[in-house]
Amino acid sequence: MNKIFTSLVFLIISGVIVLGLALPIPNIPALGDKARVLYFHVPMSWISVLAFFMSMWYSIRYLKTKDHDYDIRSYSCAQLGFLFCILATATGSLWAKFSWGSFWNWDPRQTSIFILLLIYGAYFALRSAIDSEDQRAKLSSVYAIIAAVTVPFFVFIMPRIVESLHPDPIINTQGKINMDSSMLTVFISALTGFTMLYLWMLNLKIRVEKINYNKLSINE
Amino acid sequence: MKSIEIVCDNLSKIYSGKVIFKNLSLKLTTGNSISILGKNGSGKSTLIKILSGIISANKGSITVSEDNIPVPANLCYSRIGLISPYLNLYDELTASENLRFFCGLRNNSNDGMEEKIEFYLNRVKLFDKRNETVKNYSSGMKQKLKLIFAVINQPRILYMDEPSTNLDTEGIDIVYETAEKHKKNGILIVATNDKEDIKLCESSLNIEDYK
Amino acid sequence: MLLKNSYLVFKKDLSSELRTRYVINSLLMFVLVTISIIRFAIGDERADNEILTGLLWIAVFFTSVSGLSRTFVKEEEKETSVALKLSTGSDSVILGKLIFNMVLTFSLNALILLLFVIITDYQIKNLPGFLIVLVFGNLGLVSASTIIAAIISKANSKGTLYPVLSFPVLLPLLITVINATKLASLGVETDKLFGEIQILISYFIVVTVASLMLFKYVWED
Repeated sequence: MNKIFTSLVFLIISGVIVLGLALPIPNIPALGDKARVLYFHVPMSWISVLAFFMSMWYSIRYLKTKDHDYDIRSYSCAQLGFLFCILATATGSLWAKFSWGSFWNWDPRQTSIFILLLIYGAYFALRSAIDSEDQRAKLSSVYAIIAAVTVPFFVFIMPRIVESLHPDPIINTQGKINMDSSMLTVFISALTGFTMLYLWMLNLKIRVEKINYNKLSINE
Repeated sequence: MKSIEIVCDNLSKIYSGKVIFKNLSLKLTTGNSISILGKNGSGKSTLIKILSGIISANKGSITVSEDNIPVPANLCYSRIGLISPYLNLYDELTASENLRFFCGLRNNSNDGMEEKIEFYLNRVKLFDKRNETVKNYSSGMKQKLKLIFAVINQPRILYMDEPSTNLDTEGIDIVYETAEKHKKNGILIVATNDKEDIKLCESSLNIEDYK
Repeated sequence: MLLKNSYLVFKKDLSSELRTRYVINSLLMFVLVTISIIRFAIGDERADNEILTGLLWIAVFFTSVSGLSRTFVKEEEKETSVALKLSTGSDSVILGKLIFNMVLTFSLNALILLLFVIITDYQIKNLPGFLIVLVFGNLGLVSASTIIAAIISKANSKGTLYPVLSFPVLLPLLITVINATKLASLGVETDKLFGEIQILISYFIVVTVASLMLFKYVWED
């Protein structure tokens, strides 16, 4: 099962990379070939938000059950979310360099992802400042939840108030999709492929963290 | 008066990978008293903290019931009195302000509160110093004030962690007298290594047996 | 019972603070230092309202992250939290501390604003609108800083951790409130600030409800 899953991930992502670079891009005004970054940037951003909310979800589960398993899951989600968040920031600012002229312009979207990076950073800083495992799990869970209830203010409300130059997210306000069928296929496969990659990495990460945790309790 | 009972089932506490105690079960009812023994650092205080609900155990359960009806976990604190070295009262407030504050939190009305505070302060001979800030108290005087804090709300279960530290003989007598009086209607749990303290209790538990 | 106990906790904190003046004294000095630095940086020139509003909020933010944690940190450091835990439920503790921090923040901010206006010649064209925004902004600021203060009171390196943890959580609020106070100071009508005020109110409600629900996990050890 696991083997089928990993080979599927491998196939889809290789396909996305090849087709994403090779297939012709429809003529989107002001974007052109630069629109290809969408196959990578959007999945990365999506996963960094997904991982963040998964981490919050596991935090809630931890506080309800006090089962350490959930803390391990929450922490693993946060670590991977942080990685994807960095990747999303990097791909985004590369694109911004060529479209807007500089790597960083404090566009509301860029500010949002910056906040997400800060929250992940703060979460790890908090974790490393608490010695007792139970306390660490509990307090970082509470912080993750508090941060998660304030994130929607950023990601959803701010861009509506401050004008953004960011191209409309996947489905824009009119509900139209600005992609032709071949582009859409690659895009959807990219989303699926990277999400699957994330889930596979998450599974590995959780197993590693569990081994570390158990080793700690046996050794001492 | 209602009967009181505390039941602990298979308690275990692990702190950063180290077993403090495991599979500790205990059942005490009205009139019971027990002393908890063990070397320094063996986890006596941890057990007291867990029993009084200040920290939680990793495994196992604690149930406090009155007339066989379990008291909800978030209300257990209102049945408990605790005197211990890691519990301090507010330094910058006076003795009577401290007691008024803690009494006010526990009771719905202030009726008879002043008389009660006066009675207890007289009892430990701190009445003359009631308007001095606790900061200026000696450690023995602080210990006496903490004793009042522990018993002023008529707790059903009284935990005493090293109760006679810093006390003069007169103070120790007051502690013992209070403990004896409490035993008649409640449960007494003492964590100590002092030979005299142990005599207060009818049974004992050595925490080293649960490693 | 809940309200009475919250009030008692608030009263206790207030009277012990008035007696030791631990937080107030250091915060007053902090405010003076910050405002004088701003004064020396600007010199005799009159800066634009855009810049001045930012400076004002820098003073407000750092004053609150250096003072609001004290109420929880003190309970842990002096080991008085156990006595409090054995006397009342967690809800009254967080409510009491929240009210205390509000009183502290509101009085300090009144002072900061007054000094700031005197020293930098900051002109507020729509004063009622400005004050409304300031009040709602402060409500959200206090409720977020209070729950984070409770979290860091259990961690090591409390001082440095506090701004690190509060900043990302407070940023949506700060951006909104800075923008709204700037507009108000430039003379924008109050009803045009309604969108911002709505965000501030909902931020306050969301964070306060979350704090009340989560505090019991922070408070128990």
